[in-house]
Amino acid sequence: MSKRTVEVELSTTGLDAQGRPQRIPILTDDGGGGLALQAPPGIEPDLEGEHMLINIGPQHPATHGVLRLVLELDGETVVRCIPHIGYLHCGFEKIGEYRQYNQIICWTDREDYLNSIGNNVAFALGAERLFGIEITERCTVLRVIASELSRIMSHLVWLGTFCIDIGAFTPFLWAFQRREEIYRLIEKWVGARLTTTATRVGGMAADIPSGWMDGLRQFIRTFPHTLDEIDRVLTKNAIWVGRTVGLGVMTPEEAINWGLSGPMLRASGVDYDVRKDFPYLDYETYDFEVPVGTNGDVYDRYLVRFEEMRQSVRILQQAADRLPEGPVNIDDPRIILPPKSKATSEMESMIHHFKVVMEGPRPPIGESYVAVESPKGEKGYYMVSDGTAKPVRWRIRPPSFVNLSAIPKMVEGHLLSDVIAINASIDIVMGEIDR
Amino acid sequence: MSRFEVVRTGANASGGEPATQRNIPHRGAEANPSASALQTRFSSAIKRVEVIWGETVVFVEPALAHEIIRWLHDEQSQQYDFLSDVTAVEYRDAEVPIEVVWHLRSLPYRRFLRIKAQLPKGKPLEIDSVYDIYRTADWLERECYDMFGIQFRGHPDLRRILMWESYKEGFPLRKDFPLRGRFSRSEQLRQALAQNPEARYSMEELSIADAFAELPQDMRERLSKGERTGE
Repeated sequence: MSKRTVEVELSTTGLDAQGRPQRIPILTDDGGGGLALQAPPGIEPDLEGEHMLINIGPQHPATHGVLRLVLELDGETVVRCIPHIGYLHCGFEKIGEYRQYNQIICWTDREDYLNSIGNNVAFALGAERLFGIEITERCTVLRVIASELSRIMSHLVWLGTFCIDIGAFTPFLWAFQRREEIYRLIEKWVGARLTTTATRVGGMAADIPSGWMDGLRQFIRTFPHTLDEIDRVLTKNAIWVGRTVGLGVMTPEEAINWGLSGPMLRASGVDYDVRKDFPYLDYETYDFEVPVGTNGDVYDRYLVRFEEMRQSVRILQQAADRLPEGPVNIDDPRIILPPKSKATSEMESMIHHFKVVMEGPRPPIGESYVAVESPKGEKGYYMVSDGTAKPVRWRIRPPSFVNLSAIPKMVEGHLLSDVIAINASIDIVMGEIDR
Repeated sequence: MSRFEVVRTGANASGGEPATQRNIPHRGAEANPSASALQTRFSSAIKRVEVIWGETVVFVEPALAHEIIRWLHDEQSQQYDFLSDVTAVEYRDAEVPIEVVWHLRSLPYRRFLRIKAQLPKGKPLEIDSVYDIYRTADWLERECYDMFGIQFRGHPDLRRILMWESYKEGFPLRKDFPLRGRFSRSEQLRQALAQNPEARYSMEELSIADAFAELPQDMRERLSKGERTGE
């Protein structure tokens, strides 16, 4: 048993007999975790009771969708956890085999629906490698802005719902208020809030409207204040620390072997970030840092995601400063639709329009796997083409699916109430897990 | 400023800063050095090596796939410690074999490698599980079995994951599976309504805390006669 004391600033007055602020010692051990409470003297704990079968979900607010967990309990301690998924299975990968590449982009919105614009970018990057396309400079920077905005959005939803699960309501409201501002920006850009379908193979659906950058700059300026506020309320809060430290610990070796990625892996102390290790969209030219935790528990995952939002703001600032002028889409009428005005007035543009819409662009025979750092982890799109306009196979590498598969390992030995905190710390989106 | 001791993922065993790949040729880009190491080590088991869009694809003998992946994982000069994905590809041409695909990453060397094993049609689709090397394979192989019907030998718990346990229409991502499903809508509805809503627990779960004994009498009888539960 290791002893680790976290200094906490109690938001309510907690003074000991000498009038000093209280320190709460947190005893953690590898299996049990959390606050080790001692039974009052004289009362023998009754541990001989029989095991209990508990079902959580699929319709339960704390399961973040339609996840179902069957738990075997010994008293309040989880002995075994059997997860069931698939309640939201729609067969995206099957449908993708019957759609042209540009038509698949709107399916990517609906899969990880908190990060829809980031999925659009990831799919477009994968398809562009399959087509052998080099996108324009302006498009690259716009996609970085889109990805980082959606990372902040996704982390804000995670933060808000995580707070609710643990019992803090106020940060949820602050987070969702700021998230609304991003949605307003996205809506001005592409016309939709959740189902963005913002990219096309070879470019974007639209360039940003005039004055949009001012809105983005204002967001970049004001957003860190919200983060500071939430930081002040949560990070050293005694209840928060007590509910999160020492839970669901994954060692670095375990985390790699279980295939965790994203903040889950980095909280365990492994510095793997796709943006740094396998860069795309010129991420190597941006100055940002990758936060890496040390203990791999729920508290470290919170810290890592929190810091990632600050780093995303840094990237947004740099991207806003360097956004070049120029075309957004590549200049290739076989792949990109002509402007609407030309399609209705020029014969050649109309033919191109017809060919692109009806037949669809055709990539050469080949395959590509492009992974991006989504808010949940390594998200990859694997596409196989046989030279026709529709992919033979479209595979989503779902980060939350793989992260969730470690939940039996993480919750076993913890209390039932900690299952909710651990589950919330994985940041799952059932749309992506079930696809 | 930051409360983390920030670790830059810059320096690594292979040296050099990574950069966004540009102007990747369709074929003929430089192959991952692990491919030639594999050819030296497993000469005949490596059928061919292709580089498509800068990604190295190694086609291996299905019977030796497990051994090859084990070597890639354990060998000090390779260290493919991260399994990104396990999936399969079936081509529209019915003659072409089904491919099982592993996407491997070496975090220390910052390498990416795709391993493929071809399973001819007409024979049972079987391959060794890599569950004992990577725990990631647990759910990924279950999904691959669920969608393609590929049996992973040695997987401890190979059952359906996205579809339910009593799903009878086959394997959805196979090319002979129609987009709307094998059964008609009315048949699908009939089966859904005929499902026993109580049968939501697997037999393994019913063994917990005498849950089986608390089921209604008729259900216990049906389950003891071998009827499968819903999940």
